[in-house]
Amino acid sequence: MDFSLSEEQQLLKDSVDRFVREEYSLDQRRNLVATDEGFSRENWSKMAELGWLGVAVPEAYGGIGGGAVEIMVMMEAFGEGLVVEPYMASIVLGGGLIAEGGDEAQKQAILPSLAEGKIMLAFGYAERQSRYDLFDVETKAEKDGAGYVLNGHKGVVFHAAVADKIIVSARTAGGSRDTNGITLFILDNNCTGLSRRDYPTVDGLRASELTLENVKVGSDAILGDVDRGFALLDTISQQGIAALAAESVGCMTVLLNTTNEYVKTRKQFGQPIGKFQVIQHRMADMFIACEEARSMSYLATLRLEDPDAGERARASAAAKVQIGKSLVYVSQQAVQLHGGMGMTDELNVGHYFKRLTMIDTMLGDQDYHLKRYAEM
Amino acid sequence: MDLNFSADYRVFQEKARTFVSDNLPPDIRDKVRRGLNIQKDDLHRWQDVLAGQGWLAPAWPVEHGGTGWSLVERHIFQEELARGGAPQTSPFGVSMVGPVIYTFGDDTQKQHYLPRIANNIDWWCQGYSEPGAGSDLASLQTKAERDGEVYVINGQKTWTSYANYADMIFCLVRTSTKGKIQEGISFLLIDMKSPGIEIHPIRTVDGGAEVNSVFFTDVRVPVANLVGEENKGWTYAKFLLGHERGTVANSAASKQQVVKLKEIAGAERSGGRFLIDDPDFKRDIAEVEIALTALEYTDLRYLMASAKGQPVGAEVSMLKIRATEIQQRISELLMKALGYYANPYVPEALEEGWNEDPIGSDYAAALAPQYFNKRKTSIYGGSNEIQRNILAKMVLGL
Repeated sequence: MDFSLSEEQQLLKDSVDRFVREEYSLDQRRNLVATDEGFSRENWSKMAELGWLGVAVPEAYGGIGGGAVEIMVMMEAFGEGLVVEPYMASIVLGGGLIAEGGDEAQKQAILPSLAEGKIMLAFGYAERQSRYDLFDVETKAEKDGAGYVLNGHKGVVFHAAVADKIIVSARTAGGSRDTNGITLFILDNNCTGLSRRDYPTVDGLRASELTLENVKVGSDAILGDVDRGFALLDTISQQGIAALAAESVGCMTVLLNTTNEYVKTRKQFGQPIGKFQVIQHRMADMFIACEEARSMSYLATLRLEDPDAGERARASAAAKVQIGKSLVYVSQQAVQLHGGMGMTDELNVGHYFKRLTMIDTMLGDQDYHLKRYAEM
Repeated sequence: MDLNFSADYRVFQEKARTFVSDNLPPDIRDKVRRGLNIQKDDLHRWQDVLAGQGWLAPAWPVEHGGTGWSLVERHIFQEELARGGAPQTSPFGVSMVGPVIYTFGDDTQKQHYLPRIANNIDWWCQGYSEPGAGSDLASLQTKAERDGEVYVINGQKTWTSYANYADMIFCLVRTSTKGKIQEGISFLLIDMKSPGIEIHPIRTVDGGAEVNSVFFTDVRVPVANLVGEENKGWTYAKFLLGHERGTVANSAASKQQVVKLKEIAGAERSGGRFLIDDPDFKRDIAEVEIALTALEYTDLRYLMASAKGQPVGAEVSMLKIRATEIQQRISELLMKALGYYANPYVPEALEEGWNEDPIGSDYAAALAPQYFNKRKTSIYGGSNEIQRNILAKMVLGL
């Protein structure tokens, strides 16, 4: 057992940490959020040059050939900086899907360009009625010659507006809540019949509602096996949860440190408020919550490689439950201990609070995964 | 012991209910129901209706424009207002400065200010907190120096809600630096149009800007605007805080939010059924509803004790603690009910007249911002940590 980073991983961490330190002050982020696309293309190119966009892409396809630990290192630092570039949507989810489920031609066509920052991806998995069930798919794909015709709706698709290709789940067989009968398709963003409604999210990201009206695709658009897409959805969901866990650990670490500094310097009743026992105990509990989250982030990441599917599923659900509990406590208390200042847009606290709150909704909230875990 | 209100009270309840349903403008009711932003004009219209009936300041003595209702009747009226979908009226004149003026003010102040509050003419805001004086309010530094028949005010107040709406501000200011810090504070009434006052809105996490910083630079205030005695302001401020806490439970408004939570859970899908049929979510709703019931009946116990003339003291701090925790929990469940649709940020949808299709459901846009916003409730009006200190010290003798 070893929880330390390899030399290469440590170098990667140093370089991402430096990027966040130098490029991601709250004001810099605020400016990015206010731009048309909501992030910086320049940062994206820089990430490509540094090899970050291909950190988990196999070397054969122009990547670095790293794995889940490298993604964890990146995501934790991105959490610390509240990075708004579409790394999660495009690289972790989009790139992960192609790497896991793509055929040779798809990998050749997409992964090198993705690693070079030439194209971006997005992933539409949620629907209006699905809530957090990835298998609840009503969007239909009907056979049309060698290809398919898609009709339906995908909701809250992160960073769809900037994606060149959007991967969506659709039903090719079975009832609307069957795990069998789901197929994934790779759509061009500008394809006929696909319309988007773009909007910002409460935590400063971008997302879209997609409507698919007679979207015609060829057989080359099918990602993975027809009707057997759920296994791929499940795998990518676990990878996504590991990445979110790392991001949340980054966010929570900043809130813990910022709040700890604040209670040492904020004076009321003639002394720093951190001298009051009620505040000390609150800080101690925040520390505990952060440590638990970090442990579960490591577990979620390292178990991705576990050959036992049950172990993989349990670790992923357990991690999402724990980070959900931790992030609610840490973010609510960070606001509370900052008093009125914690409610302002001016301090960083509120921005981390909002991002953490939305991380709980991503890929299923803590209640959803607690229920799943209990039934495993 | 009897859990039911007597027949007289039920008649009163019916009267209050009919009044709200007949007189609350439907557009305002609709905004409250949908969680849209309530503008000054909306509140002003509704407060005009209440003032016209003589019901804007029900708790005041009759000679100053109050109703003469008993504590129980006032409670029932509050409940009917919330039940009927009325927006919360502005508390700063009616519930805060008004009682201070009729209890400690001089005749000129009573005759000038009280009718202007009861008739919905003046809007007030509160100048208490300062950047360096939050929980430790008595350490406030805004200075008032005597110069003949005026005080000259210099300093900064913060977290001033609706300062931009206000005609007047009541302020705690420092008039002496001698002795205990509590003994150098005075209570001043200041015209917001006075030269030297500047308002800076503070943007908050939910995207709103209802709180402000208010800066005072050589603002000249007539000595006639001092309430009571110089350096006795802390006594009046404590009186006011006690008054404010007495109405803080507001379980009627939280009950309406639980109704809304059930409606939304009845519309959202989860696990192939409606969210309201999800046993875990049902349990979450039940839990908060039970906590709310405990709050409501604690509030009623204290109310009935007060109505019989028995002293109710610092116990009311528990109402503030539980009321705010319950409001926060309900707002959290409302947001959670949305699943992924908590994410879209559509502030335009909270403004009147926005008629595009909603993203997700029409109730969705208000709920995540409301969850963020409600975090303030355990901070303001004496943070919940301070309230627990009060309970420990004043009730438990620790």
